Amino acid sequence: MIPAAFDYLAPSTVEEALRALAEHGDEAKLMAGGQSLLPVLRMRLNAPELVIDLGRIDSLRGVRDDGDAVVVGAMTQHSVVGSDPLVAQHAALVSKAIEHLADAQVRHRGTFGGALAHADPAGDLGAPVLALGAELVVAGPGGTRTVPAQEFFVDLFETAIGDDEVLVEVRIPKHTGWGARYEKFVRVAHQWPIVAVAAAVRTEGGTIAEARIGLTNMGSTPLRAHAVEAALVGRPATEDGVREAAALAAEGANPPSDLNGDADYRRHLATVLTRRAVLAAAQG
Amino acid sequence: MTKISLTVDGSKVSDDVEPRMLLVQYLRERLGKTGTVIGCDTSNCGACTVHLDGTSVKSCNVLAVQADGSEVTTIEGLAAADGTLHPVQEAFRECHGLQCGFCTPGMIMQSVDLLKENPSPSEEEIRLGLEGNLCRCTGYHNIVRAVQHAAGQGATTGAVQA
Repeated sequence: MIPAAFDYLAPSTVEEALRALAEHGDEAKLMAGGQSLLPVLRMRLNAPELVIDLGRIDSLRGVRDDGDAVVVGAMTQHSVVGSDPLVAQHAALVSKAIEHLADAQVRHRGTFGGALAHADPAGDLGAPVLALGAELVVAGPGGTRTVPAQEFFVDLFETAIGDDEVLVEVRIPKHTGWGARYEKFVRVAHQWPIVAVAAAVRTEGGTIAEARIGLTNMGSTPLRAHAVEAALVGRPATEDGVREAAALAAEGANPPSDLNGDADYRRHLATVLTRRAVLAAAQG
Repeated sequence: MTKISLTVDGSKVSDDVEPRMLLVQYLRERLGKTGTVIGCDTSNCGACTVHLDGTSVKSCNVLAVQADGSEVTTIEGLAAADGTLHPVQEAFRECHGLQCGFCTPGMIMQSVDLLKENPSPSEEEIRLGLEGNLCRCTGYHNIVRAVQHAAGQGATTGAVQA
């Protein structure tokens, strides 16, 4: 299948991209790595008049240390983020989630910012980014602004990025020394999760001191399991210690029902995967 | 039309293409490189895998214009100029790592990438590394054996031109 015809621009700076967006408005679509957009265009579920390819903007690539945060450029490919030593050391939950994201070829092309901007509720990056309390930096005609992750995901495939804005980088607060685990439940290889749980845990002498838990595909956006996080504090990092808190995982969630499982099944799955993820994170 | 210039299997090429043209279409229909096949057309199966600037990609999920300025290696560029097969190609033949053969170009290209990243993968690492490549004949066992065989032969180099 071949996309409908479109015009193509490949700006080399964010400013050029913003000017093109301002000029073409609704007719334009931004393309990052294209790993979600191109299938959509090929199936003709969308037919923009203009595709603005962000792939030539070098300033949007790379991972850097910025004091108390690790900063990931929006156009950094998953394979690069996933193997980055800074990310592994200070935001291990992100590295763990990327191991399970799609397949090797897609990770070579797909980008960190592109996946977040796409905001697929079954996407693997939303939950870890939300759990770690990241901030998303968005550039627009009036300069840049910073959006906390909990305000970034608005609805199914909808984010706080304005029509005239571009996501430029993601600031992830350092969680150095925290254990991390991404538990993903799939029916077949290299697919979106039916449910996944992202857990980062800080232990002190076998006791859980702090926990951050994100849920994938348990609603129209990634979710924080605040009830579990609160209940875990002070609990021993053992199966029995974690079980009760993990049972709260689906509290407040509104998971979808589809061919892979109904909402009740997903609620149950969330509790099981949360228990596994927290235990592995605490013991890792 | 957009002008693109790139290197494919060691040869420089330059063409005017429609922005919507997929890289796999460009390789097959413009350059006649039909060794790279289209399997699922939904970016699931990996049959169209090629190397773009040294890493594996699904060429049905890349626009030809995105490859402007890049170096592409297809299954047709793996063997040496004198026809000597790449060690991974040789291993697939040696271990009969195919049944109908349709997924083979993609399997081999992804296996070369996998071994470049990880020269001595475990069986599980091979299966995970090839998870983006589907074999409709379900002939995975011999494919995994072929990759193990290639790893044992030290087939950790990329394409010959690289």
